[in-house]
Amino acid sequence: MATRKETPSTPTAPMASTSPGATLDSPVKQIQIEGLVVLKMIKHYQEEGQGSEVVQGVLLGLVVEDRLEITNCFPFPQHTEDDADFDEVQYQMEMMRSLRHVNIDHLHVGWYQSTYYGSFVSRALLDSQFSYQHAIEESVVLIYDPIKTAQGSLSLKAYRLTPKLMEICKEKDFSAEGLKKAMIGFEHMFEEVPIVIKNSHLINVLMWELEEKCTVADKHELLNLSSSNHLEKSLQLLMDRVDDMSQDIVKYNTYSRNLSKQQQQKHQYIQRRQQENAQRQTRGETPLPEEDVSKMFKPPQPPPRMDTLLIAGQINNYCQNVKEFTSQNLGKLFMAEALQGHNS
Amino acid sequence: SEQPNSLTMSVYGPVVKIHPVVLASIGDSYERRNEGASRVIGTLLGTIDKHSVEVTNCFSVPHNESEDEVAVDMEFAKNMYDLHKRVSPSEVIVGWYATGFEITEHSVLIHEYYSREATNPIHLTMDTALQSGKMNIRAYVSAQMGVPGKTVGVMFTPLSVKYKYYDTERIGVDLLQRTRDAPNTTNGLTSDLCQVGGAAGRVQDMLATVLTYIEDVLSGKQMADNSVGRYLMDLVNKVPKITAEDFETMLNSNINDLLMVTYLSNLTQAQIALNEKIVVL
Repeated sequence: MATRKETPSTPTAPMASTSPGATLDSPVKQIQIEGLVVLKMIKHYQEEGQGSEVVQGVLLGLVVEDRLEITNCFPFPQHTEDDADFDEVQYQMEMMRSLRHVNIDHLHVGWYQSTYYGSFVSRALLDSQFSYQHAIEESVVLIYDPIKTAQGSLSLKAYRLTPKLMEICKEKDFSAEGLKKAMIGFEHMFEEVPIVIKNSHLINVLMWELEEKCTVADKHELLNLSSSNHLEKSLQLLMDRVDDMSQDIVKYNTYSRNLSKQQQQKHQYIQRRQQENAQRQTRGETPLPEEDVSKMFKPPQPPPRMDTLLIAGQINNYCQNVKEFTSQNLGKLFMAEALQGHNS
Repeated sequence: SEQPNSLTMSVYGPVVKIHPVVLASIGDSYERRNEGASRVIGTLLGTIDKHSVEVTNCFSVPHNESEDEVAVDMEFAKNMYDLHKRVSPSEVIVGWYATGFEITEHSVLIHEYYSREATNPIHLTMDTALQSGKMNIRAYVSAQMGVPGKTVGVMFTPLSVKYKYYDTERIGVDLLQRTRDAPNTTNGLTSDLCQVGGAAGRVQDMLATVLTYIEDVLSGKQMADNSVGRYLMDLVNKVPKITAEDFETMLNSNINDLLMVTYLSNLTQAQIALNEKIVVL
């Protein structure tokens, strides 16, 4: 695995290396998406996703030097209970075979998922991305945020697992010692890859035509001043995560307290034994047999640290989103002030 | 002439609404066509309601076409439709598309096939070769004509085409529009404050256009148009008149909320970073 240069990141750094592109050592430095893929993802969520359900799909494309080009995608049906015999692998195989007939790139290069207010850092995502990245080294997961997009500008991010995290996942060593050894913090779990949109010339012509044909009045959702609804929901999710986190911390604290108590008990036991043995020797009796101390004081199970890491990563993500949102809103508020200033 | 048989209406109202993803898909299939094929065809999926047909998806179907015969892979079409139905069960076959400028005799045959799949299918053509300098996206329905019992023919009557966007689609298309200005280069996604700045810039441009119009009218260069004047009145009245103090309080409370939230999130981030360092110790 390529070793990744460690860039010192402050607590407020985004969930990636500080300057994506400059310090990425991974095989993929940039993602190039075709407009068609973007439109398909938007349509998929719009039609099939309601509320907090996520929609997922597969990305197809190819790898060119250090760029990952995504040229097409197809959606995955939702998991329904009444479709128990639905074979996902078969669906995928058939879809890719059919697409190959019409000359669409049939190479699997990743997958996409929609997200609800930015809550995508979960065990499921980690597992899926790990299996993808394990099979295909350059794969990415595209996270599409429909709510942020509806607020005015397309929100699409591409993530990969860092090599360190890949190592840990491979060995399935999620204990505290394992994570400590690898020095993974929640900031080093995912790395963000910059995205670029590229359209072929024919599609560009199409864009010109569409611009001409439809005089869609520019709705400026981006300049909308109302913010409380969005902030409320984000903060609610943040609070839930922080609650989870504090529960986790309590668990860890009790564990370490138990551990230290046990150590003390062990010491006391050993000391008492030694004292007794010394006394017996002075009295001329045979010393008591050495007992296996470790079997008597079985150490408690250390709690798995992976969940904490994920929660921390998720909290970080929420905070980032909230900060972006507030900075935009502050700008808009000052603009509104200027507008009023002219009037009054 | 006989009216085409259909369940919901006798003739479609003259509107076909197309989503941009369909057009992009057609363009993409055209670019990937096999060697020697002059055009590509495919199935259109969408929904039908009383007055219009909305085309929301499509997929291309392999076919072979030569001077005197045409062969369409119907198995493939059925298969793909089933796969698509798994994802969006509400989409039905509403017609088919072909790239190119004219409707050929082969089109009639293909249209017949599609008539078996859908009631009154729509035929969409898109001139990807840009023969007339434009893309000429058109839609047709077929109607029987001629003398019943003797020579019967098929006529393709044009329908009007409109473009429909979901809100998020429009935002996506806006972003894609930016690639057309610099065709060889690519486009990154902008960051938060830039976006607000961009939107403000656009509003500014629009205001500048309006201002030049007003000045032209005032200086007599253009005739005043009453309806435009009424719109302008509405526009100016839209800025709410609030007393300065009320506005100050509103502004300050909003700013305070936002600042508090920013502070809290910074605090939370510092907290989890600390927590991590302590655990790793």
